[in-house]
Amino acid sequence: MNVTLRVWRQANAASEGRMVTYQVQDVSPDMSFLEMLDLLNEDLTVSGEEPVAFDHDCREGICGMCGVVINGTAHGRGNSPVPTTTCQLHMRSFEDGATIDVEPWRAGPFPVIKDLVVDRSAFDRIIQAGGYISVNTGSAPEANAAPVGKLKADRAFDAATCIGCGACVAACPNHSAMLFTSAKITHLAMLPQGQPERKLRIKNMIAQHDEEGFGGCTNIGECVAVCPKEIPFDTISQLNRDLISSLFSRDGK
Amino acid sequence: MAVTGLLLIAFLLMHMFGNLKMFIGEEAFNHYAEWLKGLSEDGGILYPILPAGWFIWIFRVVLLAAVVLHIYSAAKLWRRAEAASPSTYEAKRKLAQTYSARTMRWGGIILAGLLIFHLAQFTVHAALTNGSFASTYQSSAYKMVVGEFSQWWMVLVYAIWMVAVCMHIRHGFWSAFATLGANTSPRAKVILDACAWAIALVLFIGFMMMPVAVLFGWIHF
Ligand code: HEM
Ligand code: FES
Repeated sequence: MNVTLRVWRQANAASEGRMVTYQVQDVSPDMSFLEMLDLLNEDLTVSGEEPVAFDHDCREGICGMCGVVINGTAHGRGNSPVPTTTCQLHMRSFEDGATIDVEPWRAGPFPVIKDLVVDRSAFDRIIQAGGYISVNTGSAPEANAAPVGKLKADRAFDAATCIGCGACVAACPNHSAMLFTSAKITHLAMLPQGQPERKLRIKNMIAQHDEEGFGGCTNIGECVAVCPKEIPFDTISQLNRDLISSLFSRDGK
Repeated sequence: MAVTGLLLIAFLLMHMFGNLKMFIGEEAFNHYAEWLKGLSEDGGILYPILPAGWFIWIFRVVLLAAVVLHIYSAAKLWRRAEAASPSTYEAKRKLAQTYSARTMRWGGIILAGLLIFHLAQFTVHAALTNGSFASTYQSSAYKMVVGEFSQWWMVLVYAIWMVAVCMHIRHGFWSAFATLGANTSPRAKVILDACAWAIALVLFIGFMMMPVAVLFGWIHF
């Protein structure tokens, strides 16, 4: 199949960007979206042009590096029949001859570094503000030593599948990182190891979230619609519950 | 945002219920209006716990505070969202967003504008529109309402306003409960959404029944 790409090109953080049109020939429907971009970059390299910079690492949907906005939806969710990352989106999701728009995440706290690559270190700083457990646990304990109820274990697991790709921020009309933050909060809030720092964690992580310049959540739900890991909407209410109760208790209690 | 919004929804339910007294008749409606303001013979609502006429002013201060805080929070959220969006996508496509959710901010401004007109009209009496009845208004809130809503375009203005109000509430009600932590599961979301629809519909029908009845002459002088 052949496709026409309109790709965001931006030389560096300081320069102006614009959409540039490219033709990509002989694309296999079984290629992933990133393999199709590889094909484009081969053509560009051969013809002496600068290849399109895009982030990627695992190419199997678990590292969270590859996010781009495709035809107006994060990770091309609008074209994909199932929740997906860009690397797991296949060209069979597009028509032969289609014109496809490819843009970087656009949000103040995620500045563009080059072309489709954005700086997501704001997420790292939110994690550094409290998304961890600061007890020295030694080697891994025996699995049944600290029993966790089935429902809580499931919720913790569901929330822990967040790969921090940033699709929630990219899709949110407020550019809020609430779904990301609430996934981390819910993950730790459901487990016994997360309890000692639970109240302090939420205050610090929310403070950092706001400090980074993310917008406030207005419960619109675009984040949940594009999340490749289907982080549930109710994690946001979990975060709000913890936040409200943290306002009535001393830090860490 | 959530707390003040829910307070305002509670007020609207009460207001709507009060307006339905128009169906009972002039005496009932006017007595209710005077009772709220402490002008009725028995000293009005909460008399003698409060001196006659105090309740309405306390109520107004609380409502005004709720409206001001609600608008303040909305402005702050709006500013933060603007600050977080330095550029927009070339291609835009929404997957989940409802029309109500998208129009909360501009819709809210329209609501506030019409609220000012509404208060100028029925509370301050500075913007009464049906000149031929104006002299009879002074004595009776009932006559005032009948006079204003016997003009078809006024019913239309209120119908449009109420559509905007109820859309705002359709998203606002669900969102307020999610913010307060009540969206605990996909099932809870279905229930909250259903309640939001129900309250929006009850408010729309409950508020609009009376002006429509006036227009069709079922409620008259
Ligand atoms: C069909 C819809 C509505 C009708 C017919 C209506 C009618 C009235 C009337 C007749 C009064 C004056 C009562 C009196 O003089 O004793 C009044 C007062 C008021 N209305 Fe409405 N109203 C409607 C919808 C609304 C809505 C949607 C809001 C809020 C967004 C609202 C907010 C108020 C407020 C704040 C007052 C003043 C209360 C006070 O005196 O302190 N109304 N309304
Ligand atoms: S490259 Fe790792 S998730 Fe796509």
